[in-house]
Amino acid sequence: MKSLRRFLKRMFNSPTRRRQDEQLREEIEEHIRLQTDENLRAGLSPTEARRQALLKFGPVEAMREDYRAERGLQGMENFLQDARFSLRLLRKSPGFTIVAVITLALGIGANAIVFSVMNALILHPLNVPQAESLYQLMHGKDKAGNYSFPDYLDLRDRNRSFDDLLAFDGAVAGLDTGGNPTSAWVVLVTSNYFDGLRLQPYLGRLFHASDEHGANSAPYIVLSYAYWHSRFHDDPGVLGQVVQVNRNPFTIVGVAPPEFHGTLVFFFPDFFVPMVNQQQVKGENDLNERGKRSVFSVIGHLRPGVTREQAIADLNSIGAGLEKNYPKEETDMTFSLAPPSLYGDYLGAPFKAFLTALMLLAGLILLAGCANLGSLFAARAADRSREISLRLALGSSRRRILRQLLTEATLISVIGGAVGVSCSVVLVGALSRWQPFTKYPIHLEVNAGASVYGLALLLALVSGLIFGAVPMRQILRTNPYEVIKAGSTGRGGRRLTFRDLLLVAQISICALLVTSSLVAVRGLVRSMHSNFGFEPQSATLADFDLSMAGYHSGQMPAVQKRILDAVEAIPGVESVGLVNPAPLYAGRVSRPVFTDKTADLRPANAAAQSFLYKVSPEYFHAAGTSLLAGRNFTWHDDKDAARVAVVNPEFARRIFGSVSGAAGQYFKLLDGTRVEVVGIAEQGKYGNLAEDPKPAMFLPLLQSPSSETWMVVRSSTGYSNEASQQMGSAIRETLREVDSSLPVYIQTWVKELDHALFAPRMATYSLGLLGLMAAMLCLTGIFGTAAYSVSRRLREFGIRIALGAKRAGVLQAALGRAFKLLAFGSAAGLVLGILASRVLASIVYQATPRDPLVLAGVVVAMLLLGLLATWIPARRALSIDPLILLREE
Amino acid sequence: MKQKKEVLQGTLALMVLKTLDVLGPLHGFGIARRIEHISGDLLAVNQGTLYPVLLKLENEGAIASEWGASENNRKARFYRLTRLGRRQLQAETQDWQETASIIARFFAAKAEDLS
Repeated sequence: MKSLRRFLKRMFNSPTRRRQDEQLREEIEEHIRLQTDENLRAGLSPTEARRQALLKFGPVEAMREDYRAERGLQGMENFLQDARFSLRLLRKSPGFTIVAVITLALGIGANAIVFSVMNALILHPLNVPQAESLYQLMHGKDKAGNYSFPDYLDLRDRNRSFDDLLAFDGAVAGLDTGGNPTSAWVVLVTSNYFDGLRLQPYLGRLFHASDEHGANSAPYIVLSYAYWHSRFHDDPGVLGQVVQVNRNPFTIVGVAPPEFHGTLVFFFPDFFVPMVNQQQVKGENDLNERGKRSVFSVIGHLRPGVTREQAIADLNSIGAGLEKNYPKEETDMTFSLAPPSLYGDYLGAPFKAFLTALMLLAGLILLAGCANLGSLFAARAADRSREISLRLALGSSRRRILRQLLTEATLISVIGGAVGVSCSVVLVGALSRWQPFTKYPIHLEVNAGASVYGLALLLALVSGLIFGAVPMRQILRTNPYEVIKAGSTGRGGRRLTFRDLLLVAQISICALLVTSSLVAVRGLVRSMHSNFGFEPQSATLADFDLSMAGYHSGQMPAVQKRILDAVEAIPGVESVGLVNPAPLYAGRVSRPVFTDKTADLRPANAAAQSFLYKVSPEYFHAAGTSLLAGRNFTWHDDKDAARVAVVNPEFARRIFGSVSGAAGQYFKLLDGTRVEVVGIAEQGKYGNLAEDPKPAMFLPLLQSPSSETWMVVRSSTGYSNEASQQMGSAIRETLREVDSSLPVYIQTWVKELDHALFAPRMATYSLGLLGLMAAMLCLTGIFGTAAYSVSRRLREFGIRIALGAKRAGVLQAALGRAFKLLAFGSAAGLVLGILASRVLASIVYQATPRDPLVLAGVVVAMLLLGLLATWIPARRALSIDPLILLREE
Repeated sequence: MKQKKEVLQGTLALMVLKTLDVLGPLHGFGIARRIEHISGDLLAVNQGTLYPVLLKLENEGAIASEWGASENNRKARFYRLTRLGRRQLQAETQDWQETASIIARFFAAKAEDLS
């Protein structure tokens, strides 16, 4: 209590310091006068009286110090003093300050960003009650999450481990609220979905098990809060409104709570409908087919008291039963469980691994940055050794000097941290808004919250302590007498120190990253001009789904033909074809295929997994895919004609052993259909740009109908922005004339390929970014080493120059070590980079470091880096004026 | 070194409190002279050391100060004991007496008493 009061008084006292000094002076003055008066009365002469009074009072300054110490908080005052002094020092060497602040901003910013993402995706649970007991069911080695609906029913009804099991699936559907068809992202959910997740509606009601009475019995919609806001402008009157989903009437019954957007953190659907209405929403009904694993995900709350292991054992026994009863449809029914927010371990595990690696990397960047700043600090301390010795000689305590250095370090790290955090807030904001795939409602909701700021502040303080502590030993050892006498601290070390090794490691990592990013850039450029098996230039894609306009499968061929004819009539259009899906598009389809001789058609006996494309006869022409042999499809290859296919050379090789003899041969599909190969189309890229040749087959749309198709429109109007925009609106207009209720998505093919280029582009960008960070670190590292060696040997260089040494000789002595480290590190990094590009080759097309441009690029980049980093120390070494230096010392 | 100073400060503080208790409000010089008269040469050389002690006591709330006129009508700062200070004085006086009597008994003890 007493000390608290004293502490508060002292805190409060600091600002009113000047007035109080004045008062103390008056008080002392009065004391001495009173004493003088008394001495006068005792008979002393006036001069002697005052002298005796002063003597009796004692040393005024010492007392004043005590008084001040008592009045204010000494520590705080010292700190402010140190801070002011440090700021002045930092302003005097802007180069050092900028380098240090940028290094720390990089390190702390990188940590803040990675931590924000980690916080949002992994640490933060889903916004549903009791999220910690919610699990997704995964099966098989590759942790697949999809099941057939009958599987789901069996799992739901037979398990004894979950409160309830819920299933959902995604789809795109046409939503028409009155003359404005748009496509919307729908989540099809089992009717126990919302109850199983223990959610309450924001408005209206949610679905319940009592809503379901068989196929298409529950035409209800629950809107997501965001969609209610953006499309219906928060209008509570939408409840009860009847809207058209793919031309089927659905009633809006409720709005989901604001923080809920399904159980996948990165997916933001528009509304929810019951899964029993699958046929109306997806255009097909798979609910009774055990062979079609069309349910996207199955999730559920573990029952209280049931462990994960028990639940898995329970599920496995159900799975074993299913495999036994349905050997043809069921494989891989061994289960595992994981949180559902990142689609179980399917995305969650690689994501976690990736983020952990990033976190580690960010930590290393910061640590390396600290080490580098440590050498820079040591260099500065060496520069200031005379000043420090002088202060020590004048009676300053070592602790006080160290405290000033630490203050300086902390100041830098706090400024660096502030810059880093501000940058990370901006970047994280951009990341949240970023929608890499325009067609999909996929993005990450990442916010830099209090925990991120706390972490950043902590990191800043810790790193300040780390690199501030580096020169500590140097100062503790300083012997003021020796320094002032000899004018130098120690001599240049020849030993390879830990710091040197660290620097070499940094340089080699930097060189590795520079090599990899150059390899990636070259590969990316090359892949833009590689052969896709089709010609994306001057082609436009229009994606539409006829089921969204309410057509049933019998009507589709006629409508598709009508659309093709109408679009072909647009001036400037050369040819039009339909394909589903578009090659190199994210939604790819592959099917097992069998040789004609195979009798037992189970997936394990398949001769190959082949990509499947359903095309109209004009597709090959419109896409620019050339036929190597055989014939194209015609409009006579329809339902009533014999089943035919066009395959690619890889398909022919795998199934028939050779390309030349393939035409005219037969193969089998999973359902037993025999298909005759009538033509061979050129090899292309189907899944991604870096893939090895993959088998692909093309089936006529008339024989395997598809409601969703991509229309490829090849035009002769060129592919300028304007021309493709005009073509786009002409296509939209034409489609509207055919059917005004059909939602359509139009994009040039080149732009659509962004999906396919996403991975290599991301790899290139992130390698480039990492390379840049590594370069920054190297810069500070080399700068620190060079500056330190110049500072320590300044006197030696002065004497050398005075004795007539050549500038080149001095430079070599000053910077030789730094450059030796640079050369060694770069060579090691280059070798590592060459090894690493094998890994890169799986993401980036034709990534190879055996490319003179890449090798030259790395060497030039590292040399530039070295020159840049040694620029300031070199200038300092060269500008030594021996006269001034020797006079000073 | 520091310890000695603290002991000095502690005894000085107690002396200040007692002085103010006995004589009522006083300025710094008055306190110093009074302590000097009673304690001999403890304050004879460095009267100035009194002032940090006064400030410490004031910060603790044991004494309060206000500006007034000294004997020869000049501006001076007068210190007086607060209620808190009086309580502190009582408590510390008791402590001192106990400590002192223990030490006194200890020094009075002979070798045979300790064995």
